[in-house]
Amino acid sequence: MSRATNSFSRSAAAHAILIAYTIIALFPVFIIVINSFKARNAIFNAPMTPPTAETFDLVGYRTVLAQGDFLQYFQNSFIVTVSSLFFVLLFGAMAAFALSEYRFRGNKLMGLYLALGIMIPIRLGTVAILQLMVASGLVNTLTALVLVYTAQGLPLAIFILAEFMSTVSDDLKNAGRIDGLSEYTIFFRLVLPLVRPAMATVAVFTMIPIWNDLWFPLILAPSEATKTITLGAQMFIGQYVTNWNAVLAALSLAILPVLVLYLIFSRQLIRGITSGAVK
Amino acid sequence: MTATSATKRPFRWHIAIFLAPAVLVYTAIMIMPLFGTLQLALFRNVSQSQVFVGLDNFRTLFGDPNWSTNFWNALRNNVWFFIIHMLVQNPVGVVLAALLSSPRLRFSAFYRTAIFIPTILSFVIVGFAWKLILSPLWGVAPNLLDLVGLKSLFTPWLGKEEYALTALSLISVWQFIGIPMMLIYAAMLSIPDEVIEAAECDGVTGMAQFWKIKLPLILPAIGIISILTFVGNFNAFDLIYTAQGALAGPNYSTDILGTFLYRAFFGFQLQVGDPNMGAAIATMMFLIILVGVCIYLFLIQTRLRRYQF
Amino acid sequence: MNTKLLTAILLGSSVLCSAGAAFAQDATLTIESWRNDDLAIWQDKLIPAFEAKNPGIKVVFSPSAPTEYNAALNAKLDAGSAGDIITCRPFDASLDLYTKGKLADLTSLAGMENFSDVAKSAWTTDDGKATFCVPMASVIHGFIYNKDAFDKLGITPPATEEEFFAALDKIKADGTYIPMAMGTKDLWEAATMGYQNIGPNYWQGEEGRLALLKGEQKLTDAQWVEPYATLAKWKPYLGDGFEAQTYPDSQNLFTLGRAAIYPAGSWEISVFNTQAQFKMGAFPPPVRKAGDTCYISDHTDIGIGLNAASKNPDAAKTFLSWVASPEFAEIYANALPGFFSLNSTPVKMADPLAQEFVSWRDKCKSTIRSTYQILSRGTPNLENETWVESANVINGTDTPEVAAKKLQDGLDSWYKPAK
Repeated sequence: MSRATNSFSRSAAAHAILIAYTIIALFPVFIIVINSFKARNAIFNAPMTPPTAETFDLVGYRTVLAQGDFLQYFQNSFIVTVSSLFFVLLFGAMAAFALSEYRFRGNKLMGLYLALGIMIPIRLGTVAILQLMVASGLVNTLTALVLVYTAQGLPLAIFILAEFMSTVSDDLKNAGRIDGLSEYTIFFRLVLPLVRPAMATVAVFTMIPIWNDLWFPLILAPSEATKTITLGAQMFIGQYVTNWNAVLAALSLAILPVLVLYLIFSRQLIRGITSGAVK
Repeated sequence: MTATSATKRPFRWHIAIFLAPAVLVYTAIMIMPLFGTLQLALFRNVSQSQVFVGLDNFRTLFGDPNWSTNFWNALRNNVWFFIIHMLVQNPVGVVLAALLSSPRLRFSAFYRTAIFIPTILSFVIVGFAWKLILSPLWGVAPNLLDLVGLKSLFTPWLGKEEYALTALSLISVWQFIGIPMMLIYAAMLSIPDEVIEAAECDGVTGMAQFWKIKLPLILPAIGIISILTFVGNFNAFDLIYTAQGALAGPNYSTDILGTFLYRAFFGFQLQVGDPNMGAAIATMMFLIILVGVCIYLFLIQTRLRRYQF
Repeated sequence: MNTKLLTAILLGSSVLCSAGAAFAQDATLTIESWRNDDLAIWQDKLIPAFEAKNPGIKVVFSPSAPTEYNAALNAKLDAGSAGDIITCRPFDASLDLYTKGKLADLTSLAGMENFSDVAKSAWTTDDGKATFCVPMASVIHGFIYNKDAFDKLGITPPATEEEFFAALDKIKADGTYIPMAMGTKDLWEAATMGYQNIGPNYWQGEEGRLALLKGEQKLTDAQWVEPYATLAKWKPYLGDGFEAQTYPDSQNLFTLGRAAIYPAGSWEISVFNTQAQFKMGAFPPPVRKAGDTCYISDHTDIGIGLNAASKNPDAAKTFLSWVASPEFAEIYANALPGFFSLNSTPVKMADPLAQEFVSWRDKCKSTIRSTYQILSRGTPNLENETWVESANVINGTDTPEVAAKKLQDGLDSWYKPAK
């Protein structure tokens, strides 16, 4: 009996802590979203209350939607993020496999070389990158962004994936080799499925900075046709912008798509991270 | 075993093919531009042409008080930024992960999803949202404190030299806690059931079980998180920049290496950027991070390995 | 790795994505600017007016956020991807671009004769030989006040400092309004709306500014320290938590009718007109004693120049000549009340608040911000340090004397006035 009450109180405590933290995590988002639906005076006078019939106002959204093509921005962000993610995962996994599977001269050195990129912010190479893109006519294309983000995401992807790949059992691969499978088949058919959890982790690590990056869209692709949603939202929060209705609406519009995407994929993500009990 | 012993084999093309795409893209778009920039540290712009000056820029950085005071201040702040992350983000991440991974916990999917949400938000949103919440004018934070009768505790944290950096560090922790939580959560779930059952048979349960059995097993995961946090913190820039501006006020109290570098490299307002000094600072950041990563790789990771299965 | 090969590879991949090929037919001019607030005015008023007169030239206004503008522009100029027309910051930032060959020489541009030497000074080389940007507008500092609040409390706009503080005391004692809307979080408010706003009355405008340039005065001299002492006295009249109050916070505090006085730059007028629901007035920085000459900061703030690497230099010059014309001045000054045309032809402005600001030019002596010309060329940068120290003085973390000494020491470390 005492054991039961004990476990009950323990799980109550666990829920209390988790609920408390969940509130902390969600509160700022909640505040932004509810206030984006309110009239200007209500935003300031009663920031904590949800919009009521009197204070409900879509003026912020009207301003934002009149100013910029947010659907287009969202589409740009989506294309850039998904393509970069694909290349980072594919190239990263291939390189990580080569590094963790084969012993060859310069293996360690190659590993260190590929890890260098974790340590320097790529922002520093901006001018040289921009020159390269100008020379190849890629300025104001989404391709430029995909290339930069692929390069930026690779070091960390290789670093994490190589760790995980070294734990994949040798027996399985050797069995494959005895069956006459090529190294490529072993990689794509045997190893890749096994490291899926790690791939999901890498996907999250890679996706967030790409989706949220402000700098490279600003430098490499600031044109109306290639603007990403983060850059589009930033346009409203300049030094001289005081229109909080529009700012809050723009922020909400930038939050919602990524939130929806995340909610759709979070199940797969968690399953990916946790399945297979990696070690 | 197979591939490793094959010293006399012909050239293994598949290795090259596996490596090629990553190495090519990475070298062309990242390494070449970066080193093209870092080598600027050894030059100086004299009447519109770059002149080789050896280590002079580093002498200026450490010898000229106009630069060195800022550099040490930024480094000190950066260390504090990192300490807060290690002291708050990782322990809280471990606690949350431990709670989430306890079997028979209901709604755990909901908690997991919710707690990870800040991590997917951009700095623009995070910086702006917290500025609003902590704003003395808007009054969300004072109102909240008032609800629990602690209104007197409210101060304009982001505007006070003594609190601003800590407040920003905590905001950064708030944003990124999802990452350690997820990684540790995965590590905890991957602890084999037999180990836990064996521990329970021996009467090791609850907190003792956590400290004696689980914690040692998740140490490698904590190791990876620590090094990622270290690298992330010493490259950090965006949050401070969006919340406090490039001058990292008040009175440079929130200046970290990233913002210092930004001002030097790209310039700010009337200050014209100096790519040469910027590159010198970037080189120092690179060295600091390199030393940290080496300590991790050669001292910590090899030790942690012993605990693995 | 050979760059040509690399370029070829990238070029190949660009075929996949053909979004970037929009150049052809007419000359298209892209304007780089930090004035993202003005997007609508350019799109709806200025560009149509120009295009109607100049068929065959298309103009695109492409602003970025003010905080990123300099860094982004420099990167784009270095790489050769910047737009044809560059909006110029005043003084050294643009001068630097000119000496690096990024901005074209516009000395002989048709229309340049519409501007006085003073107007052009912000975009002219030290020797006065070359001008590289067309002056667009200046901004004037002063104080905007809530007329309803002043009427209710029976306050008239103060002319002297004594009256100014008496008014603040009265507003504070009444308690309905926060006396003054200003924060120190963004730093530049304290320096620009504070120090540079009231300072010219102390250092006597151009006289003091030029003496500082020549090295005859120091920032530690009384006339440069006293404005700090006055700023320090503002502290009790600012809103609760002003240390964390941002610039938009201050604007909102005032336009929501919660604060009575707003230390302002004239650029606020258009924003305030749309947001404030009460009557507003303005007064120049109060003089120290009744009868003193008044000085105002009438700062050349924005110009517009030609990217030396532009592919359409002729079309761009046509455009710039138009910007230099009285026609542009008229549209611009009325679309953006508070940005005062620098054109020698007087411009009629409809906005009463803008008229009030510009009327001070007749009764007071004008100067520009003290830190902008020459003094912010080195490291540490005097303008940026002035931001930090002005905030420190108001926050009470530095005394006026300490702040002034820090600034002068920083300046001394690299600035050797020619004697």
